[in-house]
Amino acid sequence: MNNLQVSNYTLLLSFVLVVVALLIGYKEKLGIDKDIIISVARAIVQLFIVGYILKFIIRSNNYLLTLAMILVILFNAAWNAKKRGAGIPNIFWISFTAITASTALTLGVLVLTHSVKFIPQQMIPITGMIAGNTMVAIGLCYRSMKKSFHDQQQQVLEKLALGANYKLASMDILRSSIKTGMSPSIDSAKTVGIVNLPGMMAGLIFAGVDPVQAIRYQIMVTFMLLSATSIGSVIACYWAYRRFFNDQEQLELH
Amino acid sequence: MNALIELKNVGYQVKDKTILSNINLKINAGTKTTFVGPSGAGKSTLARLIARMISYTSGSITYKGKEITDYEPTLYRRKVSYCFQQPTLFGNTVRDNLNFPFVVRKEKPDQERIIQALKSVNLSANFLDMGVTELSGGERQRVAMLRNIIFHPDILIIDEVSAGLDADNKKIINHLINGINKKGVTILQITHDESEINNAQNIIKMDSGKLVQ
Repeated sequence: MNNLQVSNYTLLLSFVLVVVALLIGYKEKLGIDKDIIISVARAIVQLFIVGYILKFIIRSNNYLLTLAMILVILFNAAWNAKKRGAGIPNIFWISFTAITASTALTLGVLVLTHSVKFIPQQMIPITGMIAGNTMVAIGLCYRSMKKSFHDQQQQVLEKLALGANYKLASMDILRSSIKTGMSPSIDSAKTVGIVNLPGMMAGLIFAGVDPVQAIRYQIMVTFMLLSATSIGSVIACYWAYRRFFNDQEQLELH
Repeated sequence: MNALIELKNVGYQVKDKTILSNINLKINAGTKTTFVGPSGAGKSTLARLIARMISYTSGSITYKGKEITDYEPTLYRRKVSYCFQQPTLFGNTVRDNLNFPFVVRKEKPDQERIIQALKSVNLSANFLDMGVTELSGGERQRVAMLRNIIFHPDILIIDEVSAGLDADNKKIINHLINGINKKGVTILQITHDESEINNAQNIIKMDSGKLVQ
């Protein structure tokens, strides 16, 4: 950890990089100066607050506090996923259940196999990674599902008219939505280490851990994210698609 | 004689807009009824209400003496089959479409029955593996109709299926409709086609969401 020293002074100097972005925005008349300043200010404030909260939780090493922090992460992830599924009834609870179930199952396996320990400095970042990736996956599922029901409504109606139940009538949409949700995890698993050095691995190498050991962790993270996004996508899609039908098995577009 | 389908004071409203009002109608088994009227008269809406693709907002519709909502929706739609105005074929091939009614009923597709059905609309068995995008408009329409009737429904509701087709295709489709009607399938047909109107048995006129006597 001896190489990791970022003082307030060096942080201030690195602000030059933001000035570069601002200058490009100004010179090219992109009109994004205000956006850059607000986003940088938010990033600084949010990260400092989270940093101090994490410092407090990790120092106290309290079981209940760790669980509370996990709950906050799950809630925020569900709240963000909800925006992608706007218009689908009960979408927050669908998202919350999908993210919680995928996180609990994946974390459960990791803890039981002693891959991670139930201590805040391991549980909180891992929960963040799982919930964040599941959030993106189910957000993609909702977007794909809404678009497909809209674009393929004639086909769904015809299948219903031929006596298909709503599951059979939506099967193609259901499958393609789950696939869409899982595709970023599958794609990044294919290119991991070749195109990008993912956060977990880069962080460990940065902190001075042996790269081979860092890779072991990254392989575990890859497995974990594949499992979490598939569980989350399946739960969210199988629950959400029913909301496109009423109790008479008629299509109701939101 | 008990009506197969009976509509009593049926109305359909979307928000504040009345699409259909006060529809009273009795359809007897084995008959062929033709609905005519200007565009926007509510013919397709009425057809969709009977097919339970949408739900009426007032009145009642009974099928064999029981309110249609008392039947399980999928079983009802297999008995009261609705063929759309411009049907689309799904899957990749003609076979995918003709297998679908069997899949719906959790039955193994009966290839012999499928080939016979194709022959009844002048299509050979070679069409089975043809891609749905390779078919002409008339062929597509014939395949779509077969999906509805490969298992004979009690009632077949056809919504301007012959619109935009040439004389030969119209003839094939009308021959098919008359054939299954003779076998006891009740037909409810919406049309603007002069020759179909001239050959109709019972004509019901609609205008502005009402039946015109």
